[in-house]
Amino acid sequence: MNVLEINHLAVELPVEGALRRVLHDVTLSIGPGEAVGLVGESGAGKSMASRAVIRLLPAGAVVHGDIRYSGDSVLAMDRAALRHFRTHDVAMVFQDPRAHINPVRTIGDFLLEALLERGERRDDARAAVIALLAAVGVSEPERRLRQFPHELSGGLLQRVMIAAALAVSPTLLLADEPTTALDVTTQSDVMVILDARRRERGLAMLFVTHDLELAAAVCDRIAVLYAGFLVEDAPAGDLHRNLRHPYTAGLLASRPDPVAPRPRLAAIPGRPLSAFEVGAGCAFAPRCAFAVERCHLERPELRALDAGRVACHRAEELAGQLALSPTPGGGE
Amino acid sequence: MATLEAPLVATPAPRPRRRPDWVVLSTGTVIALLVLMAVFAPLLAPDNPDYANILATNQGPSAAHLLGTDSFGRDLLSRLIYGVRLSLLGPALIILIATLVGTVLAILSAWYGGWFDRVVSRVADILFAFPGLIFAMLAVAMFGPGLVAPVVALSISYTPYLMRVIRAEALRQRNLPYVAACYVGGLSVRTICTRHILRNVMPLLVVQAALSFGYALVDLAAVSYLGLGVQPPTPEWGVMVSTGQSAILAGHPQESLLAGLMIVITVVAFNLLGDRLASRQKGTVRA
Amino acid sequence: MWKVIGERAVSLVVTLLVASVGIYGALFLAPGNPATLLAGGHATPAVLAAIERTEHLNEPFFTRYWDWLVGVLHGNLGQSFVYREPVTTLLAGRVGNTVFLVLYAATLIIAGGVVLGLLAALDRRAGAAITVLTSVGLGIPSFVAAIALITVFSVKLGWFPVFGSGTDLLSQLWHLTLPAVALAISWTAYTAQLTKAAVREELGREHVETARSRGISRRHVILRHVLRNAMIPITTVSGLTVAGLIAGDVVVEQAFGINGLGSFLVQSTLQKDFASVQAVSLILVATFVIVNGLVDLWSLVLDPRLRAGRA
Repeated sequence: MNVLEINHLAVELPVEGALRRVLHDVTLSIGPGEAVGLVGESGAGKSMASRAVIRLLPAGAVVHGDIRYSGDSVLAMDRAALRHFRTHDVAMVFQDPRAHINPVRTIGDFLLEALLERGERRDDARAAVIALLAAVGVSEPERRLRQFPHELSGGLLQRVMIAAALAVSPTLLLADEPTTALDVTTQSDVMVILDARRRERGLAMLFVTHDLELAAAVCDRIAVLYAGFLVEDAPAGDLHRNLRHPYTAGLLASRPDPVAPRPRLAAIPGRPLSAFEVGAGCAFAPRCAFAVERCHLERPELRALDAGRVACHRAEELAGQLALSPTPGGGE
Repeated sequence: MATLEAPLVATPAPRPRRRPDWVVLSTGTVIALLVLMAVFAPLLAPDNPDYANILATNQGPSAAHLLGTDSFGRDLLSRLIYGVRLSLLGPALIILIATLVGTVLAILSAWYGGWFDRVVSRVADILFAFPGLIFAMLAVAMFGPGLVAPVVALSISYTPYLMRVIRAEALRQRNLPYVAACYVGGLSVRTICTRHILRNVMPLLVVQAALSFGYALVDLAAVSYLGLGVQPPTPEWGVMVSTGQSAILAGHPQESLLAGLMIVITVVAFNLLGDRLASRQKGTVRA
Repeated sequence: MWKVIGERAVSLVVTLLVASVGIYGALFLAPGNPATLLAGGHATPAVLAAIERTEHLNEPFFTRYWDWLVGVLHGNLGQSFVYREPVTTLLAGRVGNTVFLVLYAATLIIAGGVVLGLLAALDRRAGAAITVLTSVGLGIPSFVAAIALITVFSVKLGWFPVFGSGTDLLSQLWHLTLPAVALAISWTAYTAQLTKAAVREELGREHVETARSRGISRRHVILRHVLRNAMIPITTVSGLTVAGLIAGDVVVEQAFGINGLGSFLVQSTLQKDFASVQAVSLILVATFVIVNGLVDLWSLVLDPRLRAGRA
């Protein structure tokens, strides 16, 4: 059974008294031990999707569709079940550890809190936490427990957050841009530790990022989100070889290639839409070089293609045509 | 790395609909009415506020006296209307002086910094040690009761507060690139300070003045209530709360309560207006 | 941390010294002859001679100030020539009432303000009502509250006494309830508004999201994270409340005829008893400064970031 199943998830948030759709249609599953990268621009809804999984949406949010953890509906959980789910089964690593760890409580308080909350003995919890700190590369773990967040660097603090997530021995790890807020120099260290500990424990992971390359490097599958729609879902290794969705192709083309620099970096024309701005047709159609009339009128369903799934009317036709450049040779 | 933070073309934010702001409208109306009452008191008051009538003391509301009479048989409505004058004039003077002095000191401190700034801040710190009312009472002990000593004392005691708030904003302004541009552009310090910095701290100034007005009114009315400020029989709300107090035990609380009500209405109006202006300002700064 | 505390202690002592120079100097800044001022309305030649003899008014200012300061530090607050008694004696019987009243009011303010503010921040519907209530409450000066309370609870309902301060603890509690409420109303409203804003702000913080994501119970999230952190801004701005309590105490004691420091200050001012005015002003100002220092210290306890000497 899959660890996580998301079916036609849609989320609306109250903005100035009216509900505004921030997520349209996301269908996604994660198997045991599998890592899925959820990739998208800011405003695409990727953080909302990951927060919806543990019901961490702002007050007043309306959620449609279905989210299942090991077969149990997360949306239907009562308060006790939700607490059990959060304290035992799932853990989240947030983007900015400086903001996401209470600045006036000690590191020890932070690490132990979740364990004490579910009734573990303090001594056991303390020993477990110290071992974990060492495992994520934090030196002098016992001293760290007495320190406050402002006494630690960002990279160290993110390791503490990872240790806190691992401490509850979850089955599913949610990581929301875990390295974005860190110094460039510590980003890769932290990523390596997160990846290694996850693999060694066989945790399933939903890895939210705007960095397609990074996602491809640490995940088994990549799911691409555009303006609240899941537009493509493919094995990570497939991504470069077999381009299926014009948006993904555009993303890959707009990155600088350190090996073979191109004279001009390609950019996807137009600006990214926010989820609530989407019209009747394909959300990407206004910026798509391959859009035909049908794309503007009819919304493409997410359907199986090769080893993955794609939401594009012309996916089959375009197979092989999509180069690593958003503007095809002939132009349109 | 294939970052997806593609260049964003900013969409112009939809213009917020201009809805009438009921808080500003209603509190503004109350304040405007009070000012009109103060100016046109002789026209509005049905009676002479000082005309005592021993035969008609502590009366309830009647056609002749809409709000009844006080313990000297004076018409309460007329006294309340005339009372607006001194009750508002005092705090207005305090806020005017404190804002003026505070702004000048704040902008000079922010501009010159250094020892001047340090001395001003230090003096402000020490003045903070005196709660306004205590300072006012000390002044009365020195110079005798009346409106002048408390008004001067409270002006001094409100200055550091306003000075601090404005100094922070002036300092922020001073470090904005436009000021450097003005300086490089050859504008004189005086021009920059008055035309630009002063102008940009003006909105904050108005808000702080409105917010402080309520406190100043309460402090000054308290001084008068204690018998150290405006002296009876001059009509002033603080004085009226005090002179009416002895009648409460006899079951005639109207003078004290009505004067108290006027104070509460005025203070609440100024507070709400100040709060609303402040939060609107924050909104525009953040947007 | 000790460095931070040391710095603040020094600045506290400097403030106290300068303030005391100001209060003592007021005698010489006031128009008229200091001796006449000290004598109040009773400037008979005999009194003036006594003042000349005991107060050494002809000596240089700082010599006089030094003598006065040393006296004050030894508990000698000077001589009241109006009451013909040492000020310390006059104050001795009055301090208790004032301390009781102010602490009573402070308890009401902290308990009421924090509870109301928390409720307003957590419950949307209660929040609207509390916001209206506190906006009005904030505009009710203590002396207006005092006469309204006397009218309703003492005169109409007869539940509480009109005047006086009671003898034993229970009657003191009974006598000082209305005064404490009168003193507390506007500052409770102020504290409630502060708490509401601070709690709202803290509720939106990312670390609270983290706590919720970890399945920490709502009660613990509110107590250990939201309220705990909200205490910092609430504490930082409570200096204004302390000043308000001290000033308000003077007014409320007068309104309820409580025999305390505040009403004594008013009487002394009215009777032009300058020595007593100086003494009480000094006590009130020093209390304010020291309490503020303690509040400062308390925020060091609350916020580890401040201990590191950061802003």
